[in-house]
Amino acid sequence: MMQFMLLFSRQGKLRLQKWYVPLSDKEKKKITRELVQTVLARKPKMCSFLEWRDLKIVYKRYASLYFCCAIEDQDNELITLEIIHRYVELLDKYFGSVCELDIIFNFEKAYFILDEFLLGGEAQETSKKNVLKAIEQADLLQESQNEDWGGLSSDDIL
Amino acid sequence: MPAPIRLRELIRTIRTARTQAEEREMIQKECAAIRSSFREEDNTYRCRNVAKLLYMHMLGYPAHFGQLECLKLIASQKFTDKRIGYLGAMLLLDERQDVHLLMTNCIKNDLNHSTQYVQGLALCTLGCMGSSEMCRDLAGEVEKLLKTSNSYLRKKAALCAVHVIRKVPELMEMFLPATKNLLSEKNHGVLHTSVVLLTEMCERSPDMLAHFRKLVPQLVRILKNLIMSGYSPEHDVSGISDPFLQVRILRLLRILGRNDDDSSEAMNDILAQVATNTETSKNVGNAILYETVLTIMDIKSESGLRVLAINILGRFLLNNDKNIRYVALTSLLKTVQTDHNAVQRHRSTIVDCLKDLDVSIKRRAMELSFALVNGNNIRGMMKELLYFLDSCDPEFKADCASGVFLAAEKYAPSKRWHIDTIMRVLTTAGSYVRDDAVPNLIQLITNSVEMHSYTVQRLYKALLEDISQQPLVQVASWCIGEYGDLLVSGHCEEEEPIQVSEDEVLDILEGVLVSNLSSSVTRGYSLTAIMKLSTRFSSSVNRIKKVVSIYGSSIDVELQQRAVEYNALFKKYDHMRSALLERMPIMEKSTTNGPTDIVQTNGEAEPSVLENKHITGGHQPASQANDLLDLLGGSNVLPVIQTAASTKPASAGGELLDLLGDLTLSGGPVTVPTAPLSVSQTPFLLDGLGPQPLFNDVTAGIPPMTAYNKNGLKIDFTFERSNTNPNIAVITIHASNSMDAEMTDFVFQAAVPKTFQLQLLSPSSNIVPALNTGTVTQVIKVLNPQKQQLRMRIKLTYMHKGSSIQDLAEVNNFPAQSWQ
Repeated sequence: MMQFMLLFSRQGKLRLQKWYVPLSDKEKKKITRELVQTVLARKPKMCSFLEWRDLKIVYKRYASLYFCCAIEDQDNELITLEIIHRYVELLDKYFGSVCELDIIFNFEKAYFILDEFLLGGEAQETSKKNVLKAIEQADLLQESQNEDWGGLSSDDIL
Repeated sequence: MPAPIRLRELIRTIRTARTQAEEREMIQKECAAIRSSFREEDNTYRCRNVAKLLYMHMLGYPAHFGQLECLKLIASQKFTDKRIGYLGAMLLLDERQDVHLLMTNCIKNDLNHSTQYVQGLALCTLGCMGSSEMCRDLAGEVEKLLKTSNSYLRKKAALCAVHVIRKVPELMEMFLPATKNLLSEKNHGVLHTSVVLLTEMCERSPDMLAHFRKLVPQLVRILKNLIMSGYSPEHDVSGISDPFLQVRILRLLRILGRNDDDSSEAMNDILAQVATNTETSKNVGNAILYETVLTIMDIKSESGLRVLAINILGRFLLNNDKNIRYVALTSLLKTVQTDHNAVQRHRSTIVDCLKDLDVSIKRRAMELSFALVNGNNIRGMMKELLYFLDSCDPEFKADCASGVFLAAEKYAPSKRWHIDTIMRVLTTAGSYVRDDAVPNLIQLITNSVEMHSYTVQRLYKALLEDISQQPLVQVASWCIGEYGDLLVSGHCEEEEPIQVSEDEVLDILEGVLVSNLSSSVTRGYSLTAIMKLSTRFSSSVNRIKKVVSIYGSSIDVELQQRAVEYNALFKKYDHMRSALLERMPIMEKSTTNGPTDIVQTNGEAEPSVLENKHITGGHQPASQANDLLDLLGGSNVLPVIQTAASTKPASAGGELLDLLGDLTLSGGPVTVPTAPLSVSQTPFLLDGLGPQPLFNDVTAGIPPMTAYNKNGLKIDFTFERSNTNPNIAVITIHASNSMDAEMTDFVFQAAVPKTFQLQLLSPSSNIVPALNTGTVTQVIKVLNPQKQQLRMRIKLTYMHKGSSIQDLAEVNNFPAQSWQ
């Protein structure tokens, strides 16, 4: 299973963190700091995998964002690259040509999409269409509920 | 009360902060506002406030005061609230805090909600961060949802079940019934998560594994459909249909096929099909191939399939994509033990990977290269590995050097090659060589008798160029100390001999002594080497005396002690000097890596454990040994080491003499150098005495013989083979006396031809009792690397009835087994 996924910028700023193992805040901070440093130090020509502690780290850079996953020994590194790519495609479809700013300003949506794609560190849906459909429906539900209850619209609520 | 500022507004504001301090100020202000908002129990904007808190938490600021608010959001009826609430719970809460248990009831309710998206939120949260207690409480609900026909929920329930099982393995049983028809689903999401669930169950329980083996045909069918089916837009990735599902099925098949012939056979065809039909142009195809290879190697596949797998890995090695090369090397490393020959075929590609730019790839290529070295390819491989050692990063050098030494030891085609290789490592990566390499190398060099002049010459030349690499300098100093005479004699068979004078050699060693680059240990080696040369060089004794006396007042305590002792050797114990500084005998190797007790390779010339065993303490001047040389006549007979028997057991401290009161001390000064020895050495000395054989296994095959029988003195030889070195014969002499008076001051000496090396241990006694009432025994070790016929000249001296008797004899009747 994937133990965690981190998204961070080239300056080392964290944009998203999803943890599938229980760790204290302090530990998470320490791991994040270490890993960010390690990955940012890698030269462009190096391969996307590295060993870190007892885990395998799979990372890939998309524009200004690094997508970094920690997987276990028996997991397939190459398919993890595909998982990362699938997530980027989902974000891209949802936001329409996604860029880092989209993820900064709409981080909660990035999480929602991730939670429709992965669960407990494993992929729950392999069809791009189905993930996007679910998100769409959930957004609609949110919208309609807000209207029903005479509250603020979705855009205004947060 | 104005509405709290919007999330995006806050984000925008915080991003305008130019310094950390400014950002901190903004955050604190906003936190204060949020806190008061929470206190007012504002329902409308709670989710906005929590969302802002989550943003600030991601920046690294504390947000624990929002934990309870998340719970309130989860409990709310509004979907927006629940969404943010569950997100907040997953980010801010963890199972270490009791607060999280408050979620349990909400989750339970939401698992039964009428809206599937709410149920989905609950399943997701439980599956990501559910603690053991929560899992125990809610497992039943999850199990229920696992049986639903709603595929959206079913797939989530499956992964949630996986999490429950990971947290509380005992609950695995209760999910078994629900797995019954999981694989008949058409929905890929459900299929994928079901395979994950089955994998988890099989990995955890051998019973489950046995139970699920029957699913192999079904899995094979599903996989086949994926491969054979036409284009499916929903699941297509670069022309491959649902690679995620394919990979998971292959992984489950691996677990089911392991150690099971039937299952392995049932999946044979599909594996071959996947292996040959999958597109390799993109990463996704290679991901599937990679999983396939792992499966083939792990199950009981037939050899053809295994070869196919290794060939796939071989092709991976040639792929431009370095990620693919990396996984290939990793996989090959795993299989090199079991499928050695198949991996050997790809050796040249693997060796090429040593030149890769990526550090991880280089490391794997290096490990794999060492695993592939064997007797046939040692020369070629070593060339590549030494080239790698030259140019690799420092982080590799130590491991590479160790690997080279190990490989060289195992497969060296010749002694000269071995020594050349070691020289190469010492000169190129000398400072990275491990500590135990120095004694091991010294042992190797000592035992390569015929290479001594070549070795010392090469080491001398290396020293001339560079004295900065400590292990090299240490080994070189030791060798020059031991074989300096060969160096100046200009006699070298293997190479063009160089002309070196004694002064030049001493210059180099003194240079090492004074250099800032030399460590303390190295200086010790060098000083001892200089001292040893005092017996090997003919015209430099005064120079050496001077050097040694200077260091008598060295600040370095080690050096000072040595110098003082050597000084003493020059002054009071000069007659013992040559004996003490003799050539080292062959060292027995007990283990490959560790320095043994016997191998005291710190170049000690002081009476160490080893030397005491053959010590020529007592008044045995060099001249007597020389007489023996003359007697043996002819230039072809030359004892490689001087041999003599001790007139007393060892040059021990006075305490030892007291303990061994039954031994008479011969006339002449019983000079006992007490200074160099400490009492702690006594136990070893005692061990060295006595007639016990030094090696355990007595080869029954070699018959004893009588070597000498004259004037009532009979000397028998019994034989053993050394169990550590087949080239060494161990002879025990038994001297008995049939006369009616005892023979005292009995001394046995022996000499062997040039190609042999001989070591004489201390005798049990030097009185041979009368009338065959007892024997004197002494052990001789003979190294016979060239397996030549053993010949020996012996000289006997003893006192009998007041008169001194001397005799010489030649022993030629050694049984063939003793030297063959």
